[in-house]
Amino acid sequence: MVERTPILNFFTHLILFVGFVFCVAPFVIVAIAASHNLKDVNDVPMSLLPGSDFWVNIKTAWTTADLGPKLFNSFVMAAGVAAGKVIISALTAFSIVYFRYPGRMLIFWLIFVTLMLPLEVRIVPTYAVVANVLSPYQAIMDVTGVSWLIEKVSGVQVSLSLGLLNSYTGLIMPLIATATGTFLYRQFFLTVPDELTEAARMDGAGALRFFIDILLPLSRNNMAALGTIMFLWAWNQYLWPLLITTDQSHATAVTELKQLIPNVGGAPEWHIAMAGTLIVMLPPLIVVVLMQRWFVRGLIATEK
Amino acid sequence: MASITIRDVRKSYAKMQVVHGVNLDIQSGEFVVILGPSGCGKSTLLRMIAGLEEISDGTIAIDGTVVNKREPRERGCAMVFQNYALYPHMSVAQNIGYSLKVAGVPSAERTQRIQAVARILELEHLLDRKPMALSGGQRQRVAMGRAMIREPKVFLFDEPLSNLDAKLRVQMRSEIRKLHRRLNATSVFVTHDQVEAMTLADRLVVMNGGRVEQVGTPAQVYSRPASRFVATFVGAPAMNVLEGEVTLEGLSLLGGGRKLNISRAGLPVGSKVAVGIRPEAVRMVAPGTPGALAATVDLVEELGAGRVVYVDLDGAPFSVVTSETVHPEPGSAIGLQFAESDLHFFSSETGSRLDVFKASVPEPAL
Repeated sequence: MVERTPILNFFTHLILFVGFVFCVAPFVIVAIAASHNLKDVNDVPMSLLPGSDFWVNIKTAWTTADLGPKLFNSFVMAAGVAAGKVIISALTAFSIVYFRYPGRMLIFWLIFVTLMLPLEVRIVPTYAVVANVLSPYQAIMDVTGVSWLIEKVSGVQVSLSLGLLNSYTGLIMPLIATATGTFLYRQFFLTVPDELTEAARMDGAGALRFFIDILLPLSRNNMAALGTIMFLWAWNQYLWPLLITTDQSHATAVTELKQLIPNVGGAPEWHIAMAGTLIVMLPPLIVVVLMQRWFVRGLIATEK
Repeated sequence: MASITIRDVRKSYAKMQVVHGVNLDIQSGEFVVILGPSGCGKSTLLRMIAGLEEISDGTIAIDGTVVNKREPRERGCAMVFQNYALYPHMSVAQNIGYSLKVAGVPSAERTQRIQAVARILELEHLLDRKPMALSGGQRQRVAMGRAMIREPKVFLFDEPLSNLDAKLRVQMRSEIRKLHRRLNATSVFVTHDQVEAMTLADRLVVMNGGRVEQVGTPAQVYSRPASRFVATFVGAPAMNVLEGEVTLEGLSLLGGGRKLNISRAGLPVGSKVAVGIRPEAVRMVAPGTPGALAATVDLVEELGAGRVVYVDLDGAPFSVVTSETVHPEPGSAIGLQFAESDLHFFSSETGSRLDVFKASVPEPAL
């Protein structure tokens, strides 16, 4: 039901405006703070007129936190997570929707369960596994006595070790393994008419051929939507990169922002911290602006 | 060019059987139309030939080779789908050439063959378009091109014209017919539209409830329907069927107690029969004409070239097709006349055709 009266129009616009202010105000304050010098930013109340030191602050933030390599790290991680998610989601959904095999529903529900276990919940075991990817196998061999047997026979003590701390793989992999994208793809695949599948079969296309030639091009919009969401999500990850990057060379931009926040007893350089924040916010913003068209289309449902 | 041999083919989903033992021989180069109401198993049968459905029991052989276990691509069939099933992201040329691409045909030869097919179907100027930018008839032609380019042994059509508007349907019908004459490939065409079936078929297969009711040329099926179902399903408007009982004098119609004077060679007195007469075979005469059945006009449908007159025959619906320039008024009394040779008799119990009767001129016995 759409009602149009002047009073209602006024109120809807009022609500819209209040929402807009709530969303944008913090961003504006950050931008203004980033343009002040040390004295102005610490004035109480802070002047809401922009200062003149914006570019100076940006430059200081960039060099202090060494943001260049950190942004690169962040970009690799976010792009890796986005790409990995899209590939894994498309493949799992393809398997679930287009094949009939025993245990299919069980697998589907297992994937579903991962939705209820976000990274934060399973962070300790995940860390243990990433610290040594082979530790589960080691444990199995120890418990079953296989390692004991090997040691008796060959005299070699079995100790499997493959650590992923401080690596891109370690940053990316645990973030990929969740189900969000699988559902998006499953819903999309269910809307693809059966006749199309059958036509491809009549044309002689096998399962993989059909997937690559027909399904992937058709799901371009979904891919863009999922990729964008996952890029943003991965870019904003804080806890996981903080945990597994003990070495500065693999730290991400978001975790490094902490370097810019003034320490107790240090100079209250909030203008530098705000400038750094602006830099770190920029890449996701660019991604959203570029992908927006496909992103919206992919989420709105199927195009006819 | 291939023959298709279908032997005792059944199809069940879980415990529901939908096709009950179909036997059918399709000659090489023949155009066979499978006609039936929705849910009669005709599409399922076609899809079993294509290899899109598994065959629960029985065998299907193409050119003498049993293909039950073969993948669709190995059977040499091409299919045209009801909703065209064009790949929306590919251009017309890519759609038509996709099967060749999958088969690994080099791109130069592919282009050449696409051009050849497009020329036959008059699609040359549309090759770069996407299916979205095509009209229904054009999409239909692309779907046919996609089937043709593989030079298949068998063409399968799954109600391909049902999404087109009436005018286009007639046009595509004759195009399909022409195409068949040109390619001379074995074709199986599934439809629920009897006009389509009659006009296209070399041979007609009428199905009902998962069984084949009759196989024959369109003329045979029309003039000698094998069962009451076929009689009422083929022909528009549908054949009039009146229930009756064999009496000493001939046939007594149930409902109004009227009698038809016919000799009842071979049928025992008291047996129940259904007597059918095509609306086209009935003549309207002035009320009270000797030897005519008296009836009241209910409704007149103007068709331009003629009209369909629905009459009330003691409560039983009855229709007459007339091209004469008489314009009966609803509510007026008329007489109905027909030749005994135009009557069809069916068993009331099994619905199958009875050929024992020789009818004489019917007389109203009121």
